[in-house]
This record gives sequence, C-alpha cells and structure tokens, in this order.
Amino acid sequence: MPAIDGKALVLAFSALGAGIAMIGALGTGIGQGIAAGRASEAVARQPDAQGDIIRTLLLGDAVAETSAIYSLIVALILIFANPLVRLL
Amino acid sequence: MEFFPKVVFVLHILGKPIPVTETVIVTWGIMAVLIVSTYLVGKNFRKIPQGIQNVVEAIYEGIENLIKVTMGEKRPEFIPYVGTLALFLLVANLIDLIALRPPTADLSTTLALALITFVLTQIEGARKKGVWGYLKGFFKPLAFMAPLNFIGALTNPFSLAFRLFGNIVGGMVIMSLVYTAVPIFIPVPLHFYFDMFSGILQTFIFIMLTLTFISMAAD
Repeated sequence: MPAIDGKALVLAFSALGAGIAMIGALGTGIGQGIAAGRASEAVARQPDAQGDIIRTLLLGDAVAETSAIYSLIVALILIFANPLVRLL
Repeated sequence: MEFFPKVVFVLHILGKPIPVTETVIVTWGIMAVLIVSTYLVGKNFRKIPQGIQNVVEAIYEGIENLIKVTMGEKRPEFIPYVGTLALFLLVANLIDLIALRPPTADLSTTLALALITFVLTQIEGARKKGVWGYLKGFFKPLAFMAPLNFIGALTNPFSLAFRLFGNIVGGMVIMSLVYTAVPIFIPVPLHFYFDMFSGILQTFIFIMLTLTFISMAAD
C-alpha cells in the first residue's frame, strides 16, 4: 500500500468539507418553501395585495438566503481558493 | 472555468504594478455603453414622449414608484443613485449572455457597491436624527446591547455583497459544470434561470435592500 501524500489528504478532506458545508442550504430551502406557501395562501385570500405580498416575499427570501449563500461561499473557497493547501 | 478573473494587463503607476483584471475591463465597457446611450437618448427629449423616451420614462417611474412603496414617501433625491445601481447591475448580471465575465462575479465589485450603500445609510441616519441622536440609537433598547448593534450595522454591507456575489458565482459555476458535461442543447434553457431570472431578481433585491436599509436608518 503506497503512503498517502499529505497534500492529497488535505485536498480530499477539503472536497468532503465543501460537500458537507452545503448541508447548510437545507434549512434555507425549507424556510423559503414555508414562506412561499404562506405567500400563496395570502394571495388566495387577498388577490388585490399580490404586488405587496410578492415584494415582501422576495425581500424575506433574500434575507433568509444569506446562510445558504455563506455555505456556498465556504464550499467555493474550499474548492477554488483552498487556504489549507498553502499551510503544507 | 476560472474562479478568479484573468489579469488582462498590468499598469505601472509610481513604480507599483496594478493588475487590471477582466472585471475592470468589462466594467469600463458597461460604463461606456451606459454613458453614451443615456447621452444619446437624453439629448432630444420632447414634451410629448415618443419612441425610446417612453421606455426611459417607464424605467424612471418604476424606480420612483419602488422608492415610494419601500420608503413610504416620495424621495426624489435617491432616484439617481438607485437608478444607476439598477441599470448597472442589470447590464452587469446579464452580460454573461454575450460570453463576457460578469463584473458582479468578483467580490471587489459587489463589496464596493455595498460599501457605497453602507456609507449612504450612515449619512442618512446621521442627517435624519443628528449625529448625536444617531449614535445614541446604538445604545437602545439597553446600553449593553451596543456591541451587538454595532456588529449588526457593520455586517449589513458584507451580507449584501456576498449575496450578490454568491448568486452570480454560483450560477457561473453550475453553468460551467453543465457545459463540461453536456456542451450542447441542455445549457440553453438553464441560461434562462441562472442568467436571466437570477440576474434580474438579484438586481431587484439589491436595490430593494438598499432602500430598506436607508429607510431603516432614518427611523
């Protein structure tokens, strides 16, 4: 069995870490789904207020999305700009 | 795909090398197109609109209306900034469709825009409540919550910048993965989602959040 190169090990675990980081997007998906469902109910109840409801939904989604975006950026950094490889 | 923008050429100013990236070149291009087109369109405006003037007036009224709805009153002084932001971001996000690298896929661009909004927010808050009253606002509702309030104010530009950057870069990465897997037919409908829908939505969200932050600082 060949000895494992330290750099290869770091790269392998970085790739795993990038995948694991994206689990953070799970909560955002659920949250945005709930928000969109409630917005549909609100539009069904009050079709006149559709414009206001959609605007509020988009703004809320944008703020709720922040944590998923942070996960994505951590994953992208681990893949494309890995700071750990430089430590070797 | 390249995650970091390519360095096109290096400027030497006062003996220091300044790399000029693809982002900067595309930004200059967008600026030139916007400045020249607004000059040409605005040169012969008439009392009764016709042709392209109808489109320009529709954009202006859309932004005016958005400000009125978001801030609760007409604030014509914000139309130039918000309008410029909207036009620049719209062109920048959609420029991927003509195979140029979007400037918003670079953290420098988005962070710069977010910092402009941040400074504007602070100035608006200080102008509305006075410098002293504005600083005192950080110590409400309880004095020991001041660090939290300060951190909350300082992280706003970062979340604004990372949101736009992450969305555009995420779309770019996914599109390039699709192109390496299936280079023909399949990527075409995906461009509608990742470039057009996401680009237009992120432009809208950026200006909406800018207006919301400004009106939140004012009250």
